[in-house]
Amino acid sequence: MANIRFILNNQSVSTDLPSGSLALDFIRQTSKLSGTKIGCREGDCGACTVLVGTQNRDSIEYRVMTSCLLPLGRIHGSHVVTIEGINGEHLTPVQKAMVDQSASQCGFCTPGFVMSMTGYALEENKDQLSGLSAIDGNICRCTGYKSIERALLAVKDKLDACPNDSTRFDWLIEHRFIPDYFRDMPARLRALEKTDFDTEATLIMGGATDLNVQRPEEMMDTSIRFPAKPDGSDFTLEDGYLYVHAGMTAEQLKRSQVIGKYFPRLRDYMNLIASTPIRHMATLAGNFANASPIGDMTIMFLALGAEIELKQQNKSRWIALKDLFLSYKTLAKEPLEEIHRIRFREPTSEHKFHFEKVSKRTYLDIATVNSALYMQLEGTHIVACRVAAGGVAAIPLVLEKTSEFLTDKQLTTEVVINAATWAMAEVTPISDVRGSAEYKRQLVYQLVLAHFAELVPQEIDLGALV
Amino acid sequence: MDRPIKNQSSKHIDMERHVRGTSLYVDDLPLLDGTLFAHVVQSPVAHGRIINMDFQPAMQVAGVKHVICARDIPGENQIGGIFPDEPLFAEGTVHFCGQPIALVVAESEAIARHAAAQVVLEIEELKAVVKPRDAFRAGSIIGKTRTFELGEPDRVWQDCSLIVEGQGDCGGQEHLYIETQGAYAIPGELGHVRIVSSTQGPTAVQRTAARVLKLPMHAIEVDVTRLGGGFGGKEDQATPWAVMAALAALLLKRPVKLVLHRLDDMAMTGKRHPYEFDYKIGLNEEHKILAYEVMFYQDAGAAADLSPAVLERTLFHFTNSYFVPNARATATSCRTHVTPHTAFRGFGGPQGMFAIEAAIEHAASQLHIPAYQIQQENLLSDGDMFPYGQVVGESRARDCLQRLKLKVSLPHVHTEIEAFNQENPFKKRGFALMPICFGISFTKTHMNQAGALVHVYQDGSVSVSTGAVEMGQGVSTKMAQVAADVFGLGLRTIKVESTNTTRIANTSPTAASASADLNGHALLLACGRVAARMLAVAAELTKSTMERVNLISGRVYVDDKTTELSFADLAQACYLQRINLSEHAHYATPGLNFDSSIERGHPFAYHVYGCALVTATVDILRGIYEIDRVQVVHDFGSSMNLNVDLGQTEGGIVQGLGWMTMEELVFDNEGKLRSNALSTYKVPDVYAAPKSIDVEFLGEPGSSAAIFRSKAVGEPPLMYGIGGYFAVRNAMGSYKRTDMPFSAPITPEKVMMGLRSTKASRSHASEAISESVTR
Repeated sequence: MANIRFILNNQSVSTDLPSGSLALDFIRQTSKLSGTKIGCREGDCGACTVLVGTQNRDSIEYRVMTSCLLPLGRIHGSHVVTIEGINGEHLTPVQKAMVDQSASQCGFCTPGFVMSMTGYALEENKDQLSGLSAIDGNICRCTGYKSIERALLAVKDKLDACPNDSTRFDWLIEHRFIPDYFRDMPARLRALEKTDFDTEATLIMGGATDLNVQRPEEMMDTSIRFPAKPDGSDFTLEDGYLYVHAGMTAEQLKRSQVIGKYFPRLRDYMNLIASTPIRHMATLAGNFANASPIGDMTIMFLALGAEIELKQQNKSRWIALKDLFLSYKTLAKEPLEEIHRIRFREPTSEHKFHFEKVSKRTYLDIATVNSALYMQLEGTHIVACRVAAGGVAAIPLVLEKTSEFLTDKQLTTEVVINAATWAMAEVTPISDVRGSAEYKRQLVYQLVLAHFAELVPQEIDLGALV
Repeated sequence: MDRPIKNQSSKHIDMERHVRGTSLYVDDLPLLDGTLFAHVVQSPVAHGRIINMDFQPAMQVAGVKHVICARDIPGENQIGGIFPDEPLFAEGTVHFCGQPIALVVAESEAIARHAAAQVVLEIEELKAVVKPRDAFRAGSIIGKTRTFELGEPDRVWQDCSLIVEGQGDCGGQEHLYIETQGAYAIPGELGHVRIVSSTQGPTAVQRTAARVLKLPMHAIEVDVTRLGGGFGGKEDQATPWAVMAALAALLLKRPVKLVLHRLDDMAMTGKRHPYEFDYKIGLNEEHKILAYEVMFYQDAGAAADLSPAVLERTLFHFTNSYFVPNARATATSCRTHVTPHTAFRGFGGPQGMFAIEAAIEHAASQLHIPAYQIQQENLLSDGDMFPYGQVVGESRARDCLQRLKLKVSLPHVHTEIEAFNQENPFKKRGFALMPICFGISFTKTHMNQAGALVHVYQDGSVSVSTGAVEMGQGVSTKMAQVAADVFGLGLRTIKVESTNTTRIANTSPTAASASADLNGHALLLACGRVAARMLAVAAELTKSTMERVNLISGRVYVDDKTTELSFADLAQACYLQRINLSEHAHYATPGLNFDSSIERGHPFAYHVYGCALVTATVDILRGIYEIDRVQVVHDFGSSMNLNVDLGQTEGGIVQGLGWMTMEELVFDNEGKLRSNALSTYKVPDVYAAPKSIDVEFLGEPGSSAAIFRSKAVGEPPLMYGIGGYFAVRNAMGSYKRTDMPFSAPITPEKVMMGLRSTKASRSHASEAISESVTR
């Protein structure tokens, strides 16, 4: 059995519960802290949002996460903060801003919003986080959000004076964003015994942000192995390949300076994927291994022609990512093989990449259809091109015929439209709650057009596309 | 009261608790020792005959106490409110997928869930009807088909210069209160039960529990602290879970908690009613609507629930904010094999309004004019008549439009948008005007009553109880304001108690936007009587007269001058003089009547008006859209709480936009709910909310039936969301003239297919769905 230790607010806790059981249940049922609410148990509403602080050098990095999807094994050795953990005698500036703007009605979602904004306050590089992303993982059914936006603006104003380094904790304590006890947390976390548990477990878990939606009951009783998470700087350049740690979270990818240099609009793309709390949990490896036909990051890396390293004990092998997917949710991988690293050819200045996603709700939704396109363009000559699309087959799909058609072509409006027609012809979507097959096929067509409209607007007749 | 109330700018009184996470909801209550947990066994099919139910496998799971089903019920297996057509647990047949069949009670939630999955059900599946028109054709209807009529529509069609007709539909809507349904029942002496319920209708829970448990109503106590959102979804449909918990508590003599998992809540509870309709509208050369005729097919789901009342309100609002001299609406409630649909903010009104707005848009597109040119010609004026015979008085329809026009010139907006659309190949903008008119009062006249109880304690602190349930809408704050105003106290001196059937009996549900009015008036009477007795003592103590004493800022004033005597001193003095410091009062809205045999009367105390301009931008390439802006002039009367009322308006608008745009309820042909989780049923998130919502308070005092002349605000703003549908549609129209059917919500799929094909798709739910969700 596991012996998981962490600090919950100001209390050190230790539990023998299975490592797959959920933080939300531990918080509410075991610890009797009722401020963290149960709204949906699938990471979509954010009423259960907590902060998870992990040691990062001499400081602690706090991330917002939805505790309904968070396995206890993941918080081993961490500082978990619920709404009770920030309450003091006076309201925090976040709480005060919410009150001042009347940003709460029924109050059920409110602790989640407060935790999300507090998580934002604790972030180091706030300037890199866009507009409303601090609350993109919280649903409110009462207010219509405008009052909450006003509260967020007020909080941001206050935070303008917050230093952008590790001294920010002192500033945040001084300005009552967080209580005094946070000061001791780096030392307390260091002192926390972090013995490994469940080393024999046969199930490897990434962020579990889909697994715990689909099969939470099964996971709750399971002992699980959690691969160590990278710190976000795990990119290496070797022999013309860019190597990425597969345990990287979606949010780490979004914020990566290295990847961002090659793909300047990466942040915009990543904002379309899940929400901040989910992106802090979801990993690249998990996205691949989940084998969802609409995995957003899978589609991106398919277009990049990525390869993955599968590792089991001391053995390792590389396969093309596209060869991982055999049929619906069936993988060309042994159960105990861990997706360890990802690599793709270092892009040159001639390489262009773009990602498109259409869903019922633009943000915080699962794609109806998504697509990524990666091409090498010399002037107006398409040297090479690869297009991938999701939601259009039983597996995340490389559009081989479309890619082949585009390769070694002179870029013209006609070629673009023909490519879109090719794409439409080679997909086999099904009708489901996200849309009819006919609609999805149309979307593939549209998204191929959109790739070119976004990447090379000056080279084509935009008017002819619509 | 004709003077404005104090504390107009106060915050919601629960706000500090909310931001600290210390507000308690049903699921947060500390549990009593021995508490058991329940889980509902549901029908896996939409329609079928139960051949056999084997509970043994569930009973054998360690920790399971009992599996309760229909035969365990001591009283009636019946929870139907309007018609007795809904069993608590299915017997013999099942009528919708998710219908409760049994209740597993166990030592933990996890055990109960696990055990419920072990129950073996043998059900012979029968054909399911999922479309209201199909049910109508099969004669499967609930109650009577009703018709509201004014003038002689049949005679005036010949006078019209333009007549258009067509069909349309609007989808249902999940309430998606973030707190799911739940109750906690605690057995007491004499086999009595106390139920803590997340309900908008404590008396409905009490009455129904009494019926099922075969107990007198006084044996059931229902207590409600607050709801984590209701929106109508907990008006009638909080009842089954409360009754099940009470039944289990009675049978097992242990406290029982039943809080629904989100997926179970979505599978088992009803939603806003989907409607289909046929319309015909006729205009003259001046764009005056001469005649309008509409037939509504309401999808009631598998049981009556509140459907007949919802249907009635569709009829009350089928002409929206317009005077139509010759109008006829016919409406039928159709029984289908899906969840029994129920109250949802607007209560049938929005569906009625969508239909006439569709008809007007259809006419406008025939005339190649923007719809506002028709809308503004036909707004209600005093002296006009509603199609149910009530004469229009204190109409603010034209005032709101005039004020809106001061903020924004409609022809200018039109030109600006045309210029934008010229310049942008991929983006097209559209706008729509959305006037609203909504009647305030329960349309069942007898429900327009309320009670209130006030205690002034001897230390001067005040406790108030009413029949109103706090669910975020701020009614507790408004009640505190009423008491604070009468006693001249700060809001913090007033404690608003839970809503409890032992303190306030025979309550109407907190619904119909009317609760602040009804309960506020009752509370005003109660507080007024206590205050009068206290003032008499104050006059005596200050050696002045009743006319000269006043209660202001926690002190006794004489002739506008403060005295030594504080409110607390006065309370103590009253107590010592054996003066009654408590009062219960009852209020019934005067002047209401409605005769459904002739469909005529004066059902509403007053109407709320307003007008919105909604602007949207469609991405032609991707078929997605954004709501850019909503500008509103709304008729709040003399708002008694600016923060609460603004919050209700902004929240209502976004909820209405959600209903009209992205919130797509999908039942497949077998009657299974496909949009069964937050991952498949999308409500607006922060990015989907309009970039700007600009609300102006009209500021004209409201009717005297409105508490402190502050008009009811809960439901009306939702209907501005209808403008979102037409703004998106109009944006599409500027890319390509569209004749797509008026089918809401206008999802990205409908936008894309509407832009791409000549025959636009109807809801894809109507097509066969071959596979389950891919993810």
